[in-house]
Amino acid sequence: MPETHVLVPAGMLGAGFTAEAVDRGIALGAHAIAIDGGSTDSGPYYLGAAAPKMPAEAITADLRVMLLAAHRAGIPVIIGSAGTSGTDVGVDWVAGLVEDLAREHGLGLTVARIYSEQDPDDLVALLDAGRIHPLPPAGPLDAATLGRCRHVVGLMGAEPIIAALDAGVDVVVGGRATDTAVIAAVPLRRGAPAGPAWHAAKTAECGGQCTTDPRGGGVLVTVDDEGFTVEPLEETSACTPTSVAAHMIYENADPHVMREPSGTLDVRGARYRALDDRRVRVTGSTFTPQSPTVKLEGSGVVGYQSLALAGIRDPEVLASIDVWSKGLRDFVAAKVRDVLGREEPEVVVEVRCYGWDAVLGDLDDDRTTPREVGAVLIATAPDQETATKVVKLANPYLLHMPLPGMDHLPSFAFLSSPAEIPRGPLYEFLLQHVVAVEHPEELFRTRIEEVGR
Amino acid sequence: MSPTIGDVASLVRSKNAGPFWQTLDVFLPDDDAFRRVAEAPGLDEATVARAYRLDPATVRIFRLPDIRVVKISFPRPTPQGGVHDRDMHAGQQHVPLARLPLHP
Repeated sequence: MPETHVLVPAGMLGAGFTAEAVDRGIALGAHAIAIDGGSTDSGPYYLGAAAPKMPAEAITADLRVMLLAAHRAGIPVIIGSAGTSGTDVGVDWVAGLVEDLAREHGLGLTVARIYSEQDPDDLVALLDAGRIHPLPPAGPLDAATLGRCRHVVGLMGAEPIIAALDAGVDVVVGGRATDTAVIAAVPLRRGAPAGPAWHAAKTAECGGQCTTDPRGGGVLVTVDDEGFTVEPLEETSACTPTSVAAHMIYENADPHVMREPSGTLDVRGARYRALDDRRVRVTGSTFTPQSPTVKLEGSGVVGYQSLALAGIRDPEVLASIDVWSKGLRDFVAAKVRDVLGREEPEVVVEVRCYGWDAVLGDLDDDRTTPREVGAVLIATAPDQETATKVVKLANPYLLHMPLPGMDHLPSFAFLSSPAEIPRGPLYEFLLQHVVAVEHPEELFRTRIEEVGR
Repeated sequence: MSPTIGDVASLVRSKNAGPFWQTLDVFLPDDDAFRRVAEAPGLDEATVARAYRLDPATVRIFRLPDIRVVKISFPRPTPQGGVHDRDMHAGQQHVPLARLPLHP
């Protein structure tokens, strides 16, 4: 079997990379350019609102470099998790940017849109058929939870992408996909063994993260019958056995095994060897096929938030900041009860003191007196109006809350006028479940079109 | 005073592993430091569970001598981005681990 080279210019579409780095990977024989366009890592908002994290200008800049280089070389471009969360709106948004560029540069392109968004009614039917199962730490799913999701996507593996490439497309704009699927698809399609193909994909998923300079550029992976080789696209960067092996643990709960829709990658037998001072050779990873499953991601609104921020620099207050913040929270919660007739859990009032314990909360065992604190009062309510009302009600106390026994009213340093900042809906991830499918393409739909001709 | 895990490590970091799990990586500078942490009486499921207020049965500890890393994973106490989440990317959750003494 011939070896397969996949060029991964960056860890995420829109992150930015140079045309020179892409040209270097093409000169090394790249058979495809693959890049991940999203993640859950930025939080539940992007899926719940079906909104992208990156500005269109950043996506277009990266697309321009990839599409022009790939068109010259006659190789496909593969994008997964388009528009951050991989909703249908995200796929259409990125495909629209591809179309604009194709027209602008006179590139005739065949583009596949692979949709991964799931109809809640179809999912209820799958639930009733006993085909949806929880992953730890989730419990069994019920139809009500599905009903609370604003958007649900399924994570595709390599198979829908391979099918699109079989149809002869130049560009794949995929909905939600595993980070690895976009990279593994081309080696698998060309007959590479699954162990090295998936392990190479996991290694390259974050671009330069597996190199000695995680900030710089992307990588080229070369998969063959025995294993794979990885090298950076930037001449100033390097891959070492440690930098490559260490990437297997990144954002991964289990460093040895990784479940994909069609089976499980196991790297316990992997051996990492330096070929020279820039390239690393990896052998011994295995992949065991299993009954196919598709993981679901869903996000829904759990409330609406408003907040206000007061800066505290007064050393006397800071010396008892724990007493102050608890006093303020309890006082405001009582006001909300007395004046608005609302209480927890319907309306949640929190005070987080940035500079004191806001990040770790009661896990923080460092109780030294801070020099300055940003006290954020956060109200979460069933509607925006109530959330803002709570913060307005809290305003005089956030401004003037004294310590017990203080003989004057202090005034703190507000961030803004108006003090209250409406944040809009608060989303929460609601699914940690998989669907048992007949075949890996079952939950995905592909549309192919010609653009720019 | 016993040195802490952070004193011995070259890097301690934390991150989400999906919206419902978090994972902490302790990078050690050499084999000796790896052994000191990997075999530390102060580093077991019960100790980690106490520092993070978890059920010890949910804590997974991996000792990876080839890359001199001790990796710890456990379910997020609150789902990513929810009402009570204070750390969207779980990027600052390594600090209580780094402050644990090797010999309590």
